[in-house]
Amino acid sequence: MPTNILMPALSPTMEQGKIARWMKKEGDPIKSGDILAEIETDKATMEVEAVDEGVLAKILVPDGTDNVAVNTPIGVIAGEGEDASAAAAPAAAAPKSEAPAVPAEAKAPVPAAPAAAPAVVAPDPEIPAGTAMTTMTVREALRDAMAEEMRRDGDVFVMGEEVAEYQGAYKVTQGLLQEFGAKRVVDTPITEHGFAGLAVGAAFAGLRPVLEFMTFNFAMQAIDQIVNSAAKTLYMSGGQMGCPIVFRGPNGAAARVAAQHSQDYTAWYSHVPGLKVVAPYTAADFKGLLKSAIRDPNPVIFLENEILYGQSFEVPQIDDYLVPIGKARIARPGKDVTLVSWSIGVSYALKAAAELEKEGIDAEIIDLRTIRPMDVPAIVESVKKTGRCITIEEGYRQNSVGSEIAARLMEEAFDYLDAPVVRITGKDVPMPYAANLEKLALPNVGEIVQAAKAVLYR
Amino acid sequence: MASVQSSARPKAARKSAAESDAAAPFTGSNIAEFTREQELEAYKMMLLIRRFEEKAGQMYGMGLIGGFCHLYIGQEAVVTGVQLASKEGDAVITGYRDHGHMLALGMDAKGVMAELTGRRGGLSKGKGGSMHMFSKEKHFYGGHGIVAAQVPLGTGLAFAHRYRGNDSVSLTYFGDGAANQGQVYESFNMAELWKLPVVYVIENNRYAMGTAVTRASAQTDFSKRGLSFNIPGVQVDGMDVRAVKAAADHAISWCREGNGPFILEMQTYRYRGHSMSDPAKYRTKEEVQKVRDEHDPIEQVRSRILKANMATEDELKKIDAGVRSVVADAAEFATNDPEPDASELWTDILK
Repeated sequence: MPTNILMPALSPTMEQGKIARWMKKEGDPIKSGDILAEIETDKATMEVEAVDEGVLAKILVPDGTDNVAVNTPIGVIAGEGEDASAAAAPAAAAPKSEAPAVPAEAKAPVPAAPAAAPAVVAPDPEIPAGTAMTTMTVREALRDAMAEEMRRDGDVFVMGEEVAEYQGAYKVTQGLLQEFGAKRVVDTPITEHGFAGLAVGAAFAGLRPVLEFMTFNFAMQAIDQIVNSAAKTLYMSGGQMGCPIVFRGPNGAAARVAAQHSQDYTAWYSHVPGLKVVAPYTAADFKGLLKSAIRDPNPVIFLENEILYGQSFEVPQIDDYLVPIGKARIARPGKDVTLVSWSIGVSYALKAAAELEKEGIDAEIIDLRTIRPMDVPAIVESVKKTGRCITIEEGYRQNSVGSEIAARLMEEAFDYLDAPVVRITGKDVPMPYAANLEKLALPNVGEIVQAAKAVLYR
Repeated sequence: MASVQSSARPKAARKSAAESDAAAPFTGSNIAEFTREQELEAYKMMLLIRRFEEKAGQMYGMGLIGGFCHLYIGQEAVVTGVQLASKEGDAVITGYRDHGHMLALGMDAKGVMAELTGRRGGLSKGKGGSMHMFSKEKHFYGGHGIVAAQVPLGTGLAFAHRYRGNDSVSLTYFGDGAANQGQVYESFNMAELWKLPVVYVIENNRYAMGTAVTRASAQTDFSKRGLSFNIPGVQVDGMDVRAVKAAADHAISWCREGNGPFILEMQTYRYRGHSMSDPAKYRTKEEVQKVRDEHDPIEQVRSRILKANMATEDELKKIDAGVRSVVADAAEFATNDPEPDASELWTDILK
């Protein structure tokens, strides 16, 4: 029986990849362990080894093919004397969800990354009409932001685990070592508490470190230095010191990495005076806000998202494109209900708005972009128009950012609210590993649609 | 407690710098030869620290100073000797027992005392307190209240020196208690890996709050704490300012020459409790008295000066009077300076 070679998933977030090249030709004998092909994932180029033995009877997807979905048959291995043409090619079926209570939307692949087309978002009103745009991934936008700031200011350096020679655990720092050298792109040992403190000390001395945490889950080891040293020293010194540092890296859930690698820390850091907290969604905002964060004289927590890294957006071709910290963006104008989110939550809100539009509900989406200082006036303005607000985030419900928004609306827009504010959050559980449970634990589009109808009494 | 005498001093025989064999490894037992000016400078500085701290203790008792207040009395020779070996541009960072370090760096006694009383003329405008003061001008980076947090921070100061390509070093002070924190070893690893110019000055005053080193540390020879990272270290008689100076000279040169970090274990003793609220029941009065009688850093210098006829009793009395006057002025200022304006609550949170 011939065996299909399926496009393998080579990272937790990989949904598709490119066949860089086949290392075997049709007709070549295959032994277990042979390198069959090189495949480019969202993070790296990987070699794929044969598991089955026989002859490479047919290459179904040739060299150079892009956007090949995981589990697509890419070749056929035949046993001795077998006819390769007998190989049927259905992809392995994905396990069925057993959870009965999942809303329909939650069963859609999460995240449903667009195959090639950039995500559709409303243009930033501050970008002049007619500005040329480039399509780039969030990953590329972050890299460009760092490179531009490093060219501009010799005191800016990048430090973290695997940022230099490995080119970044998530390829975000790709090429920086080659351009700026080992003095300014510094690989650290695995020592979060130590290197965070070291970088804060360097910032006290006037350098401008951009410190990458491989994920913010690991930054819990370093949180004392972030909060007690970086955030408080300006105040404790009566304004004499300063700590111009950016702590950046992926935050929140990726895909199937379970409780210790999936927590959303947005609310934690947003609690601390002395910190700024930024969590963009679009590539343009990632670029413009990271550049602003690097120039900021204060410690900035810059929260990225692993799933967003590979997503493409339009980025304006403007020299020195800066987005101000502390200013929200209307991602979709509307009049019936205000959806407030940031980071990957905006993608849920956009999908929900599209669903709601079919039912005649016109949702306004505010992409907060900065969590601290929070652009409360932008939310209040929107709620004055809609009278309704739903917040969407992956973090836990108690003391969530949504809780803060609800309180601020009560204080500043109470008379305009026509319904209680609804918080859509991550569920109050450690993130489970099983695919169906993980989906249940995260916010989903169905919950937002349901909440929007509820606050509109429909 | 019976071990105070034996372990308050390095065991190796003491040698003067002139006697020491240039080829022999540095042991930490070397004694710097002080000129008359150096002896008098050390005497004056240590006396200033002691009188200042005594006054702070008194003002705490009067309710003028609040919160935590950790006095440096007994440990004066450590910072005084190290500072005599350092030069302009070297960075200094320490923990919460920091008043002596600031005075040794020449920071204004009035500003320090007014910070202790929480007044607007304090070095941090009254917003930092005893444990949190800084001076960009003097390259003093605090003043840190979290035990051992200053160790990676100080290592980062050394990183900045190296990044900028200057020959300044980072003098990073911490105690025997902090020496058991994990971030110390994370710092040691990076400092040696990257050959950063940082002198780790471990002020072993024999008690981490109320816990004697023997009850808290598997390895009580703190000079060996960098061995697994190949960081050299020596034990030093931290009650003899000349021994401190000689060791600091050696360690600082080692760092300036690009050899990476160096560890100095300063064997010292604090006469007062951990903080003002510590009754110090974990040791006897006799133990404290014995160190005072036999090893007091100020008395050592004083008797040397008199014995060598470097100054007369009268000249020393003049120095004493000058120091008392500085401290009295500081106390006066700190008592009468107004509290910070209420608007200061909301300033200096972000730049």
